[in-house]
Amino acid sequence: MRDPELQTPRLHVAVRKRLARTGSATTAFELDVEFGAEPGFTVLFGASGAGKTTILDCIAGLQHPDSGAISCGDFVLLDSSQGIDVPTRQRQVGYLFQTLALFPHMIGRQNIEYGLASLPRSERDDRTRDVADSFAISQILDRRPSQISGGERQRVALARALVTRPRVLLLDEPMSALDAVTKAKILDDLRRWNAAHAVPILYVTHQREEVYALGDRVLILEAGRIVADGTPHEVLGRPQYESVAQLAGFENIFDCEVVALHQDQGTMTCRIQNSDVVLEAPLTRVTGDAGLRLGIRAGDILLAGSPPMALSARNVLRGHIVTLQQADAKVIAEVDCGAKFIVHITPGARQSLELAPGKQVWLVVKTYSCHLMQRQPGA
Amino acid sequence: MILQALALTFRLAIVVTVILMVIGLPLGYWLATSRWRGKFVVEALVALPIVLPPTVLGFYVLMAVGPRTPIGRWYHAITGGSLAFTFRGLVIGSVLYSLPFAVQPVSAAFSSVDRKLLSASETLGSSRWRTLWRIMLPLSLPGVLTGLVLSFAHTLGEFGVVLMVGGNIPGATQTVSILIYDQVQALNYHVANQIALLLLAICFVLLAILYALRRNHRLGLWEWQ
Repeated sequence: MRDPELQTPRLHVAVRKRLARTGSATTAFELDVEFGAEPGFTVLFGASGAGKTTILDCIAGLQHPDSGAISCGDFVLLDSSQGIDVPTRQRQVGYLFQTLALFPHMIGRQNIEYGLASLPRSERDDRTRDVADSFAISQILDRRPSQISGGERQRVALARALVTRPRVLLLDEPMSALDAVTKAKILDDLRRWNAAHAVPILYVTHQREEVYALGDRVLILEAGRIVADGTPHEVLGRPQYESVAQLAGFENIFDCEVVALHQDQGTMTCRIQNSDVVLEAPLTRVTGDAGLRLGIRAGDILLAGSPPMALSARNVLRGHIVTLQQADAKVIAEVDCGAKFIVHITPGARQSLELAPGKQVWLVVKTYSCHLMQRQPGA
Repeated sequence: MILQALALTFRLAIVVTVILMVIGLPLGYWLATSRWRGKFVVEALVALPIVLPPTVLGFYVLMAVGPRTPIGRWYHAITGGSLAFTFRGLVIGSVLYSLPFAVQPVSAAFSSVDRKLLSASETLGSSRWRTLWRIMLPLSLPGVLTGLVLSFAHTLGEFGVVLMVGGNIPGATQTVSILIYDQVQALNYHVANQIALLLLAICFVLLAILYALRRNHRLGLWEWQ
């Protein structure tokens, strides 16, 4: 079996591929990425059309890059300079598609055993029993995919991919249709499984909640390039680029200019362009005066019905409510303070403050809720 | 007389259906999966018998298998006989005539199988052949069954091609539809009516079984595995 020293093989991916335009993006672009992934979760995060799925397809051999090299440990899957292109069926890659692609005419057990055809019966039974225990699906192995719940289908699909002991696991937005609780349970099981098997897991998503939930490391992909690489909190908490900020959920993004630096206090004063609104932001290394932007999350802004007093927050802005919209369990308020801000509040807050369009309010923004960033990557 | 024609007709329909499945499955698979640019030519050729008058097709088949053509001479050299006005000639004409009824449902069924399932099969280590056998074919079964039944029923009821290629020789080329025509010509309306009703009933029952099976295919057809 496998050499113990190769128990934690590192995935290395370098892919260049010219992409014809399909779907949402408007122009053709070149996918050009290079990264390594250790055993554990590596999240590929980006808007749809950024090239995430193409990367996974190239690793699985379902698409072929113009040039590139992909390896896992010492197992070379692709090396265009040497003319190596291992066929998909020999790559030993576990791939969980967005649609799961469970075989509808087979029961759970047949689905799981599908990739084990070359093994003797007893080994097949053992492996199926193990993986069914790990993912808590022993009770539903005799049912077809159409006869089980979405979460159970997810588990069967995961089990089917993992029972073959793949060298790499690729997950393409597999949980997007599941509720948070189900998702968290499945991810726990996957984590536990991977603690024992230690393979690199590439997890593609465009939902930032998933990025935070998965933890380890995130690569941000934009128009075929990796624009950020780090832990979710490093990358999404203080985004350096506007495009990342939009993905990371900054509802308020303004063009701004720096009007004063306060080195001693560790802050700087910024003015939102085409307005009189001045905000104090943390001193940031971001440079390049032309392309500065300020991002504030709608959930980080406090809304007060009367002038607030004696606060640690440095930014208090007076304005009036333009619109109020109910979205699920939150209220989205648009507030005009000279520049328009989006603020998220609870329905309860709306009631107790008797908020209505036209009402005068005060916005409170902490210095550390103001994030300065550059407009475009690569400056 | 009726029984003889009926037996001949069924023999023809069974032989033609078997041949059509042997040709139609690979051809349908190829049409569903090929990315060749010239594929449309093949698609048009396969569909041709749907729009072509049977007499035109029959005429060309008759010319092609006649004793003066390369095919006819070759056949004569091997067997010492002729294809024209024989049962074998009838089989060739019928296969060509019913080809679209076998190929098109099969090809449509293959095309509608989710490509992700095939990719999944590949990533799980399966060869193309195994993927075809375990995934594509079982999921296309309703379409294959449709092709099978339509080939059979269409051959049962065929007239023009049979008349052109086979003529009207009892026991050799006289099928039920020809016999009906023969009886009408002889003003035996009563006999013609009996045979016509029989053919109508057989075709209806076949199609009814087909559609009943298709309706339940999720429950029924996959169970065979």
